[in-house]
Amino acid sequence: MQEPRAAGVQVLSQAVVALRGVGKAFDNGTQALADIDLDVRHGEFLTLIGPSGCGKSTLLAAIAGLARPTAGTIAWWGGDLAHTGTAGRRIGFVFQSPTLMPWARLTTNVRLPLTLAGMPRAEADRAVAVALERVHLTRFADHLPRQLSGGMQMRASIARALVTEPDLLLMDEPFGALDEFTRQYLDAELLALWSTQRMTVVFVTHSISEAVFLSTRVAVMAAHPGRILATFDIDAPGPRDDAFRVSAEFVAHAQRLSACVASAGAGAIPDEAISI
Amino acid sequence: MSQSVVPARRNSGERLLRLAAPLAVAVVFLGGWQAFVTLNAIPPYIVPSPALVAHTLYADRALLAGSLGVTMQIALIALLLATLAGVATALVFAQSRIIEMSFFPYAILLQVTPIVAIAPLIIIWVRDTRIALVLCAAVVAVFPVISNTTLGLRSVDPGLLNFFRLSRATRWQTLWRLRVPSALPYFFGGLRIASGLALIGAVVAEFVAGTGGQGAGLAYQILLAGIQLNIPRLFAALTLIALAGVVMFAATVALSKLALARWHESELRRDA
Repeated sequence: MQEPRAAGVQVLSQAVVALRGVGKAFDNGTQALADIDLDVRHGEFLTLIGPSGCGKSTLLAAIAGLARPTAGTIAWWGGDLAHTGTAGRRIGFVFQSPTLMPWARLTTNVRLPLTLAGMPRAEADRAVAVALERVHLTRFADHLPRQLSGGMQMRASIARALVTEPDLLLMDEPFGALDEFTRQYLDAELLALWSTQRMTVVFVTHSISEAVFLSTRVAVMAAHPGRILATFDIDAPGPRDDAFRVSAEFVAHAQRLSACVASAGAGAIPDEAISI
Repeated sequence: MSQSVVPARRNSGERLLRLAAPLAVAVVFLGGWQAFVTLNAIPPYIVPSPALVAHTLYADRALLAGSLGVTMQIALIALLLATLAGVATALVFAQSRIIEMSFFPYAILLQVTPIVAIAPLIIIWVRDTRIALVLCAAVVAVFPVISNTTLGLRSVDPGLLNFFRLSRATRWQTLWRLRVPSALPYFFGGLRIASGLALIGAVVAEFVAGTGGQGAGLAYQILLAGIQLNIPRLFAALTLIALAGVVMFAATVALSKLALARWHESELRRDA
């Protein structure tokens, strides 16, 4: 944990992930992404927001190295993921659904990335205990996923991503399927985790209030083709708590974001209507 | 995914009904049969009464038990062989689409060719009759294991597959920690079908091959009893085959419960 952070001092000046002119065309001709220039800065909480179909998830998959761009370049810590690997840096990923192994207890599920990396069992178990503690699931360590609620499964999924102490955490609408109360609760927990771990987070959502609440920076995206319209700094200092959700500052940020999303939507809707 | 036909909630009353209803059907059926035979004075070489069949089962117990042992042994070894060969084939198929596409049609060929047609060939090629019978029964039973396990190894949660890719899992790790556990419910579905087929295969192959003396199975007893017009014994042997089939099916169901009860939908008793 400490060791890569120390190296991070030099990284500070450099982008964690640098995208230059990234485009992604699917085989059917759909231009999912076009000409994306984006730097993911060290230690920031960056949120990608936009209407469905604007390529948010595709962009995140490209940042994860899961989807190869058809144009442009992506550099991770100044290198190429495919050729040089991440040089000891780790990427954590949380999907839209918990994607836990239904046959395995929570400990086994959370231990998975360490098991796959070949970490000795005793060492892995210590890391798993810490990760479960962070998401307050220690009591449920021996439960199977089906015995937990949706929110708890999502927390387990986050624990699985945190267990490797990732330098970069990628989250693809992790709380999108949950009810509003659970979502707000998990947002607050995530923010607390981020401020103690000081990792870099890229988060995808279609909720403006969630984006404002969590992020240090928001990139607003638009569809046809998937592109970044603008980025906004959310420079509200902490603590971000329930009072922040109703503050004038919060509302102002939210209004700026919705105006930007709406400006893109106005152009996109007739387009979509024709294509239907 | 296999759907459970068992309703979400089972109470003790329903469990009792589950047992009592089929039992009542059996009582009515056997009682009717007994009454029909007795009242019409039908000779036992046409249709024996259930009581006579039961008596024959008892009187010929040494002979029939020996034959049952032979048939069960053949069916069980064939089932084991079919399981091993089927799983191995499925694991090879799961390695690449090309391999699966190249060889799957031949697996189907194996399935659609009637065993009665291949059995004489196998019996000519394999000198030992017992081994020939095992091979015939295994050929009949192997296909559901192959097709179900192959399907299962492919039916992996795409999200989990992505997670394994992101974690830079090796091919072996993905197979062992993801594909194999995901395939288990499908495999057990195949095994259930295969258990019945192995028994059918064992009986049919013996009909074709013909055995005798010490190594005679139930099929031989049926053939012989038919020739000798010993119809009560024929019925007794039939009853044993049916019972053996039920026992083998129940055993695979129990095995599947044992392996999946903890997590899989098909075996879950939902509390919510």
